[in-house]
Amino acid sequence: MADHPQKTGARARPLSPHLTIYRWQVTMLASITHRVTGAGLGLGALVLVWWLVAISNGPEGYDNFMGYAETPLGLLILFGFTWALAFHFLNGIRHLAWDLGYGFEKHTATRTGSLVYVLSVVLAVAIFAFAWTGHGGYLQ
Amino acid sequence: MSSLETPLHKVRGLGASHSGTGHFWRERLTSAALIPLSLWFAYAVVGLIDTNEVTIVSFLAKPWNAILMGLFVVISFYHLGLGLQQILDDYVHAPGMKLFLRLVVTVVWIIASVIAVFALVRIAAL
Repeated sequence: MADHPQKTGARARPLSPHLTIYRWQVTMLASITHRVTGAGLGLGALVLVWWLVAISNGPEGYDNFMGYAETPLGLLILFGFTWALAFHFLNGIRHLAWDLGYGFEKHTATRTGSLVYVLSVVLAVAIFAFAWTGHGGYLQ
Repeated sequence: MSSLETPLHKVRGLGASHSGTGHFWRERLTSAALIPLSLWFAYAVVGLIDTNEVTIVSFLAKPWNAILMGLFVVISFYHLGLGLQQILDDYVHAPGMKLFLRLVVTVVWIIASVIAVFALVRIAAL
């Protein structure tokens, strides 16, 4: 396992410029957002496990979970997970397309990066608006 | 898929994290699997909003729904483990701390997966 790259070697070796050197661009922001949403969705997955365990505990367990989920803070967090999943889903498809050799051209990558931000917000808002206006619950 | 490792890499057994192509490939496979599973998950959760405990239990107790929910949770956690490992490989430089945090991540995602599957079994038995 390599040690810290800046500490190895007898003499100082040239380093590539780090994050702070570059002008911010959509592509690098999308890359960082992909990681942050991925890690955030890890917390979301734990909440999903909590939801399943609450349901398995019967009506009281479910009511207890809903008591937290239906507070303003709970809804805000759930909206955050919804957006994070929408972003990670759409940007993940963008990454898979790159791996298959599509869309890696500089201007294309910039355009699809902006598109992912716009679409993820639209998708998250649309899902909440859909549920808020009483269109959810179709599995009853 | 046959190995993408170079002969030199095979001999040394080294790399950013002692492996790489296997991690890359598993990350792509799980993300591809999560595309349809996430769509199903969104369909299921939105469809269960504003319903009640009885509806949710009867939905999750159906075999295919239980299986799909189980797959979504377990594959999501596996994918999470791969992604968090990559973040640790990039940002944690002390070998001991890196190993420790990787163990924590692995233990947590495996325990959480087992709890989720157990909860699904209990729901099916409710």
